[in-house]
Amino acid sequence: MFSGFPHPLPWYVAGPLIGLVVPTLLLLGNKSFGISSNFRHLCAALVPCRIEFFGHDWKRLGSWNLVFLLGIFAGGALASVVAPPVRLNLSAETVSALQQLGLRDLTGLVPHELFSWSTLLTLKGFVSMVVGGFLVGFGAAYAGGCTSGHAIAGLADLQLPSLLAVCGFFAGGLATTHLLLPFLLR
Amino acid sequence: MMLFPYFLAGSFFGIVIVEAEVVSWFRIQEMFRFQSFHMYGIIGTAVLTAAVSLLILKKFGVRSLDGEPVATSPKTLGSGARYLVGGSIFGLGWALTGACPGPMVGLIGSGAPIMLVPLAAALAGTLAYGCCRPNLPH
Repeated sequence: MFSGFPHPLPWYVAGPLIGLVVPTLLLLGNKSFGISSNFRHLCAALVPCRIEFFGHDWKRLGSWNLVFLLGIFAGGALASVVAPPVRLNLSAETVSALQQLGLRDLTGLVPHELFSWSTLLTLKGFVSMVVGGFLVGFGAAYAGGCTSGHAIAGLADLQLPSLLAVCGFFAGGLATTHLLLPFLLR
Repeated sequence: MMLFPYFLAGSFFGIVIVEAEVVSWFRIQEMFRFQSFHMYGIIGTAVLTAAVSLLILKKFGVRSLDGEPVATSPKTLGSGARYLVGGSIFGLGWALTGACPGPMVGLIGSGAPIMLVPLAAALAGTLAYGCCRPNLPH
């Protein structure tokens, strides 16, 4: 629809807009920006079990956040209709590194050679989607937050625990990128 | 509680992360390979904007719509193990899925239903943490 829409939205526009979510949620109702709490709320809502971690009043504490999450879904849908992402303008070094790992299709937002229903039961597809997702959910719950809660809201609030968590995020991410992916994809 | 404003805030966030390609597996690879400033610029300016906003809100004792003064609750440090170990586990997964929790949902909305798989796996991971929690160092 808007063919002139800049892609990607420049970092100096996107970053401040994302940062403004933190005060917005505080102003709306003293809510802390943090998306992975929703995993805990969803487990409490969906899984009938007597585990202490899921014994909280998820409706009272988590309704606003689950609605926020629904909003992300709707926003993603709207964005893809109104101004769909074009071919990514990736750095040449990354393109060549990924090609060396054997990825040929670098279009779209996720690599189709790894993320598709047909690759789900291959080793690289299973590890990328199922093992990766499991680690994200386990790690975020263990660390008490994910990129939004620690790397954005926590760091902005000068919280030392969040700095430790972000160091962990990068340690893990670098290990996967430089040690695991070459082994997994080749 | 009025929930609709949170829906709007979430939609706004969802639009920005899709349009800025924060949800892209490839952008996350660029970041972890230090081959583009894009993601660092976004995270850096997001933190800066949020930090300045917090300072202003607290300095002037601004009240939220429910009437309470705006406040954040400090996280307990403990031994720090949960942040370093939990964070590292999260990071291992983040570079695999190329999407942290928000982007997973944004991607599903933007037409990548395959991301329901990592999302379901993440719920299983959180469930597993809930089960192991008493036996983990925090």
